[in-house]
Amino acid sequence: MSSKGGGPLSRDAPAQTGVDIETTFAVQHLLARYIQALDDDRLEAWPEFFTESCRYLVTTADNLAQGMPLGLIYATSRAMLRDRVRSLRDANVYEAQRYRHVIAAPVIERGDGGLIRAQTGFMVARIMHTGETMLFVTGRYDDRILLAGPDAPRFVEKLVVLDSRVIDTLLAIPI
Amino acid sequence: MALVTRQWPAEGVARVPYWVYSDRGLFQDEQALVFRGPTWNFLCLEAELPKPNSYRTSALGAMPVVVTRDSEGRLNAFENRCAHRGSLLCINERGEARDIVCVYHNWSYDLAGNLTAVAFRKGMGGRGGMPTDARPDENPPRKLKIETIGGLVFGTLDAKAPPLETYLGPDIVKGIRRVMRAPVRVLGSYSQMLTSNWKLYMENVKDSYHASLLHTFFTTFRLNRLSQKGGLVISETGGNHISYSFAADTGGKEYEQAGMRAAQEGFGLEAPEVLHHVDEYGDGIGLQILSVFPTFVLQQTRNSLAVRRLVTHDLEKTELVWTIFGFADDDAAMTERRLSQANLIGPAGYISMEDGAAPGFVQRAVNSAADVLSVVEMGGRGIASDDTRVTEAAVRGFWTFYRARMGF
Repeated sequence: MSSKGGGPLSRDAPAQTGVDIETTFAVQHLLARYIQALDDDRLEAWPEFFTESCRYLVTTADNLAQGMPLGLIYATSRAMLRDRVRSLRDANVYEAQRYRHVIAAPVIERGDGGLIRAQTGFMVARIMHTGETMLFVTGRYDDRILLAGPDAPRFVEKLVVLDSRVIDTLLAIPI
Repeated sequence: MALVTRQWPAEGVARVPYWVYSDRGLFQDEQALVFRGPTWNFLCLEAELPKPNSYRTSALGAMPVVVTRDSEGRLNAFENRCAHRGSLLCINERGEARDIVCVYHNWSYDLAGNLTAVAFRKGMGGRGGMPTDARPDENPPRKLKIETIGGLVFGTLDAKAPPLETYLGPDIVKGIRRVMRAPVRVLGSYSQMLTSNWKLYMENVKDSYHASLLHTFFTTFRLNRLSQKGGLVISETGGNHISYSFAADTGGKEYEQAGMRAAQEGFGLEAPEVLHHVDEYGDGIGLQILSVFPTFVLQQTRNSLAVRRLVTHDLEKTELVWTIFGFADDDAAMTERRLSQANLIGPAGYISMEDGAAPGFVQRAVNSAADVLSVVEMGGRGIASDDTRVTEAAVRGFWTFYRARMGF
């Protein structure tokens, strides 16, 4: 397995990346809608943010640094994302909980194949039905985004790199 | 040390008193009698130390441990504690080193854990330093005895521990060798922090009765139904177990007839490749969960292979460390299959996410019921191997061995 994400983006000034304000806005809008769907518990809408042959991988910074391909969640199609939602809704047993994502401003540049690359820091609070609220995970999205065409805007690849290798109890709702 | 004063119920291991999960004194006693006692504790995979002059940290219960591979390629393990002021010697999880140098005062050790140098031992310019009759290694980091089987590294602090293979028993040895069929390639790792006592997680592992009832993904997709052919193997000591089942479903209707939520009709996967299994062992076994007392698990769920170990940080705080692996001779398709099937396991695993939470559900309820007893009588009151998994025999085996270690 090889990932096209994960490498560092350039540290050039915005004017040198060839990304215009409309592109920046479109990426920010997609990200904002994405975390809104998760935080609103509209999980059925979540796969629709991805292309049909997408890759969605939740891994840790430690695995990535060691070149280890393992994911906590590893999906190579939108169908696999739909299966996960169905399992969360109908099969898996976990206590009622919600997330609140907060994302940083994305760093955006043009990638291969007409795609946009964006790296975005995030923090996710987890709110249990008991009222307990904790800082659940932090990390970064490393995204390849399709912005043009009838299928756009969608994530072609979303690599979710968790800063910590330790998860409290379980990770049910996607990040 | 006045250790255990509690009395086990007269019914024996068919009852478990809830104080075992909430007694702080007991937790301390377990560190001495179980983890630092005559038990074999899984430390890491040999593949995690592939090169000479490398180290990684691990634990014996709550005690931090360093495992090394020295310049000769030999494995060593010793307490991660400096002889001087007790600081951690290794503060990183892993690394390459020819010697281990304590960050606090630069005392140096070889990779076998022997103190080799004391910084400024003779002082500077004739002033300071240690007395000539000082013995700086009076309280050295304790050394573990190491044994390996199939690329798994086990350690013990107690010279009275029997040889590893005797401790495991012949069936468990066979079960380990079956899974560990070739040199290992590590695919990655992660941890889950559980808000429960370590014994609750180990009971969950040994409880073959819960598997198809709690894990409805498992049952719905016929990965594991209690009607599937399989069974339970328990070591003579009770401490170690194997639960297994064959991949083929015998198609029993017991679940549907019982109307259980696990057997929802018409539930199918859009992308069933997450379950596509190649019978790499050629014996038809699709699931083998193997445990070794106190806190080791070797898991084969189809082609998803993992070792799990526990770090007992505190009475109600247990770190479950997963290392997922394949073999050096896997082709790209097999690696992809293992990564895809890893969706089944771990903190986000379709069939194992519940295992992180269930021990916590018990912990939260029984903290206020210390003197109440749990009834553990599925499959009788004994600890014999069986060809059914509708039994709690391996849980009773765990308590049999635990009581022997604890002396009650």
